[in-house]
Amino acid sequence: MSFPDYKIVIGLEVHVQLLTKTKLFCGCSTKFGLPPNSATCPICIGMPGVLPVMNRHAFDLALKAALALQCRIASFTKWDRKNYYYPDLPKNYQISQYDLPFSEGGWLEIASAGSPKRINIIRVHLEEDAGKMLHDEQGGGRESLVDLNRAGTPLLEIVSQPELSSAEEAKAFLEELRLLLRELEVSDCEMQEGSLRCDANVNVHVSQGDGTVAATPIVEVKNLNSFRAVERAVKYEAQRQYDEFQRTGKKLGEVAKATAGWNEERGVTVVQRRKEEASDYRYFPEPDLVPVQVDDAWLQQVREQLGELPAAQRQRLQEQYSLSAYDAEVITRQGRSFVGYFEETARLAGDAKEASNWATNQVLQTLNERKIAIADFPISSAALAELIKSRQSTGLNMQRSREVYARMLETGSSAEQVINDLGFKVIGDESQLVEIVRRAIAANPKAVADYKKGKIKAADAIKGAVMRETKGMAKTEAVQRILLQELQKA
Amino acid sequence: MALTADQVRWVAHLARLELTDGQIEVMARQLSAVIDYVDQLQQVDTEGVEPLAHPFLLHNVFRSDESAPSLPVDEALANAPDRRGDFYSVPAVLE
Amino acid sequence: MIPIERTAGELSALLARGEFSAEELASAFLERIRTHDAKVCAFLHVDEARVLEQARAVDAKRRQGKPLGALAGIPIALKDVLCTAGQPTTCGSKILTRFVPPYDAHVVSRLKEADAVLLGKTNLDEFAMGSSTENSAYHITRNPWDLERIPGGSSGGSVAAVAVSEAPLALGTDTGGSIRQPAGLCGVVGMKPTYGRVSRFGLVAFASSLDQIGPIAHDVSDAALLLEVIAGHDARDTTSVASPVPSYSRVIDQPMKPLTIGVAREHFGAGLDPEVEKHVRVALGVYERLGAKLREISLPNNPYAVATYYIVATAEASSNLARYDGVHYGHRAEKFADLIDMYCRSRGEGFGDEVKRRIMLGTYVLSSGYKDAYYLKALKVRRLIKEDFDKAFAGCDVIMGPGSPTAAFKIGEKVADPLAMYLADIYTISCNLAGLPGISIPCGFTGSGLPVGLQILAPPFEEEKLLRVARMHERETDWHTRRPKL
Repeated sequence: MSFPDYKIVIGLEVHVQLLTKTKLFCGCSTKFGLPPNSATCPICIGMPGVLPVMNRHAFDLALKAALALQCRIASFTKWDRKNYYYPDLPKNYQISQYDLPFSEGGWLEIASAGSPKRINIIRVHLEEDAGKMLHDEQGGGRESLVDLNRAGTPLLEIVSQPELSSAEEAKAFLEELRLLLRELEVSDCEMQEGSLRCDANVNVHVSQGDGTVAATPIVEVKNLNSFRAVERAVKYEAQRQYDEFQRTGKKLGEVAKATAGWNEERGVTVVQRRKEEASDYRYFPEPDLVPVQVDDAWLQQVREQLGELPAAQRQRLQEQYSLSAYDAEVITRQGRSFVGYFEETARLAGDAKEASNWATNQVLQTLNERKIAIADFPISSAALAELIKSRQSTGLNMQRSREVYARMLETGSSAEQVINDLGFKVIGDESQLVEIVRRAIAANPKAVADYKKGKIKAADAIKGAVMRETKGMAKTEAVQRILLQELQKA
Repeated sequence: MALTADQVRWVAHLARLELTDGQIEVMARQLSAVIDYVDQLQQVDTEGVEPLAHPFLLHNVFRSDESAPSLPVDEALANAPDRRGDFYSVPAVLE
Repeated sequence: MIPIERTAGELSALLARGEFSAEELASAFLERIRTHDAKVCAFLHVDEARVLEQARAVDAKRRQGKPLGALAGIPIALKDVLCTAGQPTTCGSKILTRFVPPYDAHVVSRLKEADAVLLGKTNLDEFAMGSSTENSAYHITRNPWDLERIPGGSSGGSVAAVAVSEAPLALGTDTGGSIRQPAGLCGVVGMKPTYGRVSRFGLVAFASSLDQIGPIAHDVSDAALLLEVIAGHDARDTTSVASPVPSYSRVIDQPMKPLTIGVAREHFGAGLDPEVEKHVRVALGVYERLGAKLREISLPNNPYAVATYYIVATAEASSNLARYDGVHYGHRAEKFADLIDMYCRSRGEGFGDEVKRRIMLGTYVLSSGYKDAYYLKALKVRRLIKEDFDKAFAGCDVIMGPGSPTAAFKIGEKVADPLAMYLADIYTISCNLAGLPGISIPCGFTGSGLPVGLQILAPPFEEEKLLRVARMHERETDWHTRRPKL
C-alpha cells in the first residue's frame, strides 16, 4: 500500500447523557425506553409559566467528568439560552452554556499505534437534551411525530481539539472516553441507546507538489450510531474529500462548513447543502437560572470520588505487577471490578503473572461466553488463587488445570475438591518418578543411544513416555530433572 | 437608522413570524423609530461597567436528584393541537 | 345589602362576625360583575359555579370550627397571565385561547391555602405588553372613572375590577410599571414587590429578569395582607429569595420617623402634566407635615431607562414567547405548506401587533452583529441605573414622585404611536430594571375627576418600610375611600 496522499484531521464533538435519576431541570425520569410522552411534566414540555431548577447531582457528575479529563474548572459559570426553532425543542431554546462553560482545557490519552498520544479537549459543558422526532412513513411522509421523554435529560458536551489523525484514533478516543465515564458512573455511554452521541468534524491536508499543504473544507459528519460507524465514516469521508479536492481544488475557508449524514447501509456520507449562513442562536444569559460558583472545597470533595482513572491504572498494573502493556490494557479495559478481581487473585496466589494469565484468558472467555460481569462470576478470586497455588505446589500442568477450572465453574467446588474428585493426584513422591523414568529409559534404547550421540531432542520421546504413564500427573520440571540425571547414568 | 424591508423580513424569519408586505412596511417604520430612540444608549459612557443580567446576586441554587410525578400522557397531550397516538404530530420535517 | 365597596380587611372582620356568609359575599360580587362588567369589561372569564363552590367550602370550614386562612372567604381577581389549573389562561392572546394549564401558579396555591375565593381571570394587554390594556386580543377594559379612557396597563383588568368594586382584591403583574401605572390611573393601591420576593412559578413569562406579581387593593392595609400571603420562597423558582416574609400587616401602622424622602429632579421634568405634578407635590406636603424631610436627589441615568428597558425586556420576551409555535399547545394555523410555514402562520395569526413588534425588536437586538451594541450595552446601562438608586438610597429612606406623566388618556389616543406609548412608562420602568419594590397610592383627582397616583420606591427587600410610609399618607387623607360612580 502506498503512502497516504493526505493527512486526516478529525475533531470530535461528543454528547453523553448523565446517569442521574431525573432530568436536568425537573423531576421526570431519565430512564431509556419508556412509553412515549409518559415521562414529561409542564417544565420539560415548556408550558407557559414554568421555570427550570438545576439538578445538583448532574452538576456533580459533570465536575467529576471534567476533573477526570484534566480540565480547568471555572470558579464562576453561568447558563445561556441557545435560541432556535425545532419541534423536539419545546421552548424553542435550549438551556446550555456559551461563553463561560464550567470547564475548559484538559486532555484524554489514547494509544495510537502502541504509543500514548494526548488528545487535547477544548471544553466540556452541561446542557439539556431535546426530545425525539420520528419521521412517520405511514402518514405518506407528511407528518413527523414528537416524543418529549428525552427533552430535559442532562447532557455533557465534550469537544476535542482537531488532533485525531486517523479513524482508528477516533475510535480509540471514544473507547477510552467510554471506559472513563462508565468507570466514574457518569454515563453508561451506550451509542445504541443514544446515551453517547458523536459528530465528527473531518478534513484532510493534501500535500501539494510545491511542498505546501492544502486543507480541504471541514465537513461535520452526523448520524453515527456506533464506534465502528465512526471509524468507517471518517475513512470514507476523508477519501471523499480528497477525491473532491482533486476535482474542485476548493480549500478550507473558501467554502462554508457543511454537514453530512452517514448512511450505514450504503457505507457513504451524504453531504447536505452547505448552509451559507451559520445559524444565529442569539445566545444570552438564562434569566431563570442563577450562576454557579465552584470553590476549592467542592472540587476537593469531587476529586475524592474519582478513584483511580484508567490511564493511571494501566501504568500502575505494569509497574506493580510487572505486567506487559498489553495485559495491563486488557485488564484495565474490563473496568474497576475486574481489576479488583485480578489484584485480589494476584495477592492471594502470590503470583501476578499467573493471575493475569488466568484473568485475561479463561476468566474473560467465560465472562464473554456467558455474557456476565465479573460481579456475577462464580469463581471468587480466593478460589482462583487456590487453583493457582495448587498448580504451583503440585505441578499440575495447564491442560489439567483448565479441566479443573471448568469443573469448578460447573460444580462450584473448590480447586482442592475438584482435584481430588478427578483423581488428579500429582505424583509428588520422587522415588516413584525415578522408577517410572528408569522403566521408560529401559523401554527406549534407541532414543537413549541417539541422545548419547548428541541428539538432545531424542530425550523428548522418553519424556513423552513418562508423561503418558503418569497421565500428566507428574511435575514437568521434576520429570525433566530426573530424566537428565538418569540419562547420565545410563 | 432605518430598517430595510429585507432586514425586517430576515428578523421575521428568525422569529418565525409571518408578515404581509403591508405589515413589513409598517413594521419597518415603527421598528426604525424605536431603534432610533434606543440608539441614544450609545451616548452613555459604559467603560469598565459589567453587564447586569440578574438584579440580585444569588448563586448555587439547586434541587436534589429526586423523582417527581410526571403527567399522565393524556394530560400531557391535552393541549396538543394535533396528536397521533401518544405523540405530538407536526408537519414533516424536511432534512 | 353587602358592602362590596369596603376593603378586604373590613369584609374579613364582617365575615368573622357572621354578618354574612362567604357564599353571600361571593354572590354579591358576582352580581356586581353581572351588572357592571358589560361597561368596564375587566374580566375575561368568570366561572360562577366554581366561585360559589369555593365560597361554600369556606363556610363549611368555618362552621366546622376548622382553622381558616388569612384571606378566608375573600374573593380575588387574577390577571389572566397567572396559571390556574383546569381553567383557561389566555394571557389576553388568541394564541392561548384554548390553553388550560394542568397546574396552578405558586401564588394561586398560596391563595388557595389562605382560603381565598378565586373570582375569575382579568383582562390585560396581551402577554402583559402594553400600558393601556388596549392590546388585549379579546376586548378593551375601560377606566371606571371615565369609560372613554384607558385604565392603564398591562394589569388594566385587575385594577379596574378593584376600582369598580367587582373584587375587593386582585393580583396583577409588573414588568415595567404594569401594576403601579394602572393603579395610579384608577385610584387604587398597586404594589410591585422586590424582584425575587414573590415566586414567578406559573406566571407566564414576559421578561424574566423584570416580572413580578403584586397586590392590587383599595388601601395599603389590604395590599400588605395580600402581599404577606403570596410572598416567600418557592423551590420551583430559582430566582425567589429564601429570606423570611415579615408580618407586613402587623407593622404597617407604625409610621416611619425620622423619614427622608428623595425627590428626583428627573421625575419632574418636561412631559409631566401640571395637574399631576400639583397633586404629587401636595402629597409630599402631607409627609412634610408629618415630620418628613424632602431631599432633592438625582437619578442621572433615568432618561435612558425606557431605552434600556425596551432592549432588555423585548430580548427576553422574544425568547420567552418562542414556545408559542402551535406544536405542543396553543393555536395552530389551519393551512400551511410545511413546518416553517406552520410556525410562521400560527404565530402570525395568534399574536397581536404589539407582541409582534416586541418580538421583532427583541430578536433584532440579540441578533448577530447587533447584540453588542444593543443588548450588552443595555445591560451595562442597567447596572448604572441600579447604581444610581444605590447611591440615592444612601441619602434617603424612600423616593417619591409621579407614577405616570399624565392622568388616564383617551382610548385610542396612543395606539398609533408605539413609541409614545412606551414613554408613558418613564417613571415606573427603572424600578424594574433595578429590581426595587414600588407602590402607587391614590393622592388626588384632576379637574376632570381622573385619579392621580403617588409612586413610592424603597430599597430592595424593604417592603415593610415601603408599606409603612405609604400607610402614613393613607391615614391623613381619604383618597383611597373614593369610589367611581357608574
